[in-house]
Amino acid sequence: MTSYVIKDVCILDGKPTDILIRDGVIAEIGAGLKGDEVIDGSGCIALPGLVDLHTHLREPGREDAETILSGSRAAAKGGFTAVHAMANTYPVADTAGVVEQVWRLGQEAGLVDVRPVGAVTMGLEGSALAELGAMADSAAAVRVFSDDGKCVHDALLMRRALEYVKAFDGVVAQHAQEPRLTQDAQMNEGVLSGKLGLAGWPAVAEEAIIARDVLLAHHVGSRLHICHLSTAGSVEIIRWAKSRGINVTAEVTPHHLYFTDEVVESYDPVYKVNPPLRTAADVAAVRAGLADGTINIVATDHAPHPSEAKDCEWTAAAFGMTGLESALSVVYETMVVTGLMNWAAVADRMSVAPAIIGRVNDQGQPIAVGAPANLVIFDPRASELVEARKTVSASRNTPYAGRTLPGKVVATFFRGKPTVRNGELNA
Amino acid sequence: MKHLLSAADLSRDAALQILDTAKQLSLATEQGVGKLPPLRGRTVVNLFYEDSTRTRISFEAAAKRLSADVINFSAVGSSVSKGESLKDTALTLEAMGADAVVIRHNSSGAPHRLANAGWISGGVVNAGDGTHEHPTQALLDAYTLRDHLRGGQGDLTGLRVTIVGDVLHSRVARSNVLLLNTLGAKVCLVAPPTLLPYGVQDWDCEVSYDLDACLEGADAVMMLRVQRERMNAAYFPTSHEYSNRYGLNVTRMNRLSPDAVIMHPGPMNRGMEISADVADSNRSVIVEQVANGVSVRMAVLYLMLGGSESVK
Repeated sequence: MTSYVIKDVCILDGKPTDILIRDGVIAEIGAGLKGDEVIDGSGCIALPGLVDLHTHLREPGREDAETILSGSRAAAKGGFTAVHAMANTYPVADTAGVVEQVWRLGQEAGLVDVRPVGAVTMGLEGSALAELGAMADSAAAVRVFSDDGKCVHDALLMRRALEYVKAFDGVVAQHAQEPRLTQDAQMNEGVLSGKLGLAGWPAVAEEAIIARDVLLAHHVGSRLHICHLSTAGSVEIIRWAKSRGINVTAEVTPHHLYFTDEVVESYDPVYKVNPPLRTAADVAAVRAGLADGTINIVATDHAPHPSEAKDCEWTAAAFGMTGLESALSVVYETMVVTGLMNWAAVADRMSVAPAIIGRVNDQGQPIAVGAPANLVIFDPRASELVEARKTVSASRNTPYAGRTLPGKVVATFFRGKPTVRNGELNA
Repeated sequence: MKHLLSAADLSRDAALQILDTAKQLSLATEQGVGKLPPLRGRTVVNLFYEDSTRTRISFEAAAKRLSADVINFSAVGSSVSKGESLKDTALTLEAMGADAVVIRHNSSGAPHRLANAGWISGGVVNAGDGTHEHPTQALLDAYTLRDHLRGGQGDLTGLRVTIVGDVLHSRVARSNVLLLNTLGAKVCLVAPPTLLPYGVQDWDCEVSYDLDACLEGADAVMMLRVQRERMNAAYFPTSHEYSNRYGLNVTRMNRLSPDAVIMHPGPMNRGMEISADVADSNRSVIVEQVANGVSVRMAVLYLMLGGSESVK
């Protein structure tokens, strides 16, 4: 197996050094290392390969939007070495058969670890538990369960799910959205929704579910994860819950760190997403929450859609935006450039912590001799104009199109093999 | 004026130019010259995704009086009902050479998309989009107010206009608040709290839950249509209670100052937000609003397609 040496790269916030990768592991770290192939890492940062807890790969069923292969390529391009494929496919990933199919297709693609997420309820219908144990025991070894896209809004069903997954160390990842308060909702409910005449998605619809669920998790002693937290109030509730010792973790998306709802004024559906983009005060709060660890991780909620789902009027458009390829640059711009986090914190929020929450072996480990060689090399000096037509994802609904984002993934290593080299896919 | 998408697009001068032009066009029409020639050879498409007979025929009459060719494209019975996207419809209209598209759509912002997505090159007039705006309605309301209360000249400085009803779902209210402010009038919105948009306290107007407190001193009261179905979504308990608390009846009308006028964008729910006696009273200018609608829409199409020089 070819060995690689990355020269003069800074491991997180450290001094420049060389990293030797051989036989799928980090063989040596130090000055003057030699390998079969040399990658210039000067000026670049080495982080553990990124782990996404929230990815929509669309296969099976919506291969026009993304496949497991195209999504794996997009993930590698963005510096990821593991992704969690959400369950809202067609058919829904609510049986051992579907999650094993997804898992196997991920292995065949071979660019990242594809960890299927199992549905909490059959058909995402919120009425009866899916066979959670069968999915956990399957070859896919599912540990994260979510009806994402829909909220497990029935309190009793949520309680049972939280309890049941304890048997196999699973976690329920809740899409916190009170359905009645968000009927036909189109954007954040605020002054702007009133002005634009778009039905509002109030912060309380997210916060009420999170408040209920942290209390439920406390009551039954279970592990709870909150998907794509988006409001200042939600940050406060999670902070309170953690102060009480409740076993809850939370994620924020790159787009909720970056955008405010003001971009909706264009009525361009590329900005239509669920939960919706929020106010500047919310953006400041989620950034602060991510920096102080109240929010444990960044997760992309990469949601590819075919162009016809966005090339239309706002209310007819689909919710969601792509995010795998831009995530690290967005976190760099919103959290590192602003001085809120250092690289060690980025590694924690985008690799270490999500791997722990998802119970992903061999991922999210510190860059140290003997560790699996899952790495991303990021050049913070570069910057790139985002062009939708250049995305690796099969879909083009990136909200960053036309914007310049700082930094660039130079190389990604997945189990010792470069999936990205010189900023380009190696497969 | 390339497009008219929102009342906020209009400066005071631009709004007054439309009103003045509408006045001249109205006089020219009254003089019985028949059709005016300025838009001869131009094509105006009425693209209506919602049933709205009155607004559609108003735009149709306006365009025809200016000698434009009019194509009515209704969502009912057209390719739209077969699932054609707004984009494909727009590309079709572009290929057919539409100089202006008048669009009524149930999705807020659809006219913005039509104007800005690069699908068509012609002008776009918003004839009502979802719960967003209806700028030509605001223009015809301003025209009517000016005619009655300002002698048909100048702006509306100092006028007090009370707008009552389902502000939350009303594109008429949004456009009126914007335009009336631009023209110097003071607006007071009156509705039950459930029918006011979130954040309305930040709008440039007064807000009240009490109709009786907002009648005195008003120069005009504009009643908004309230759909009876709203009570099924718990916006108010019954239509009877709504009518008692927020309906304009004769008792309330008699408390208005003698010169105050009563307006309604139509279609009315008689007995709901407005009693029949009020609707048919001599203070009601509701029928005039309809007539003025044609003049104002002529002015908008003229200024958009015919140039900005004044009417000869």
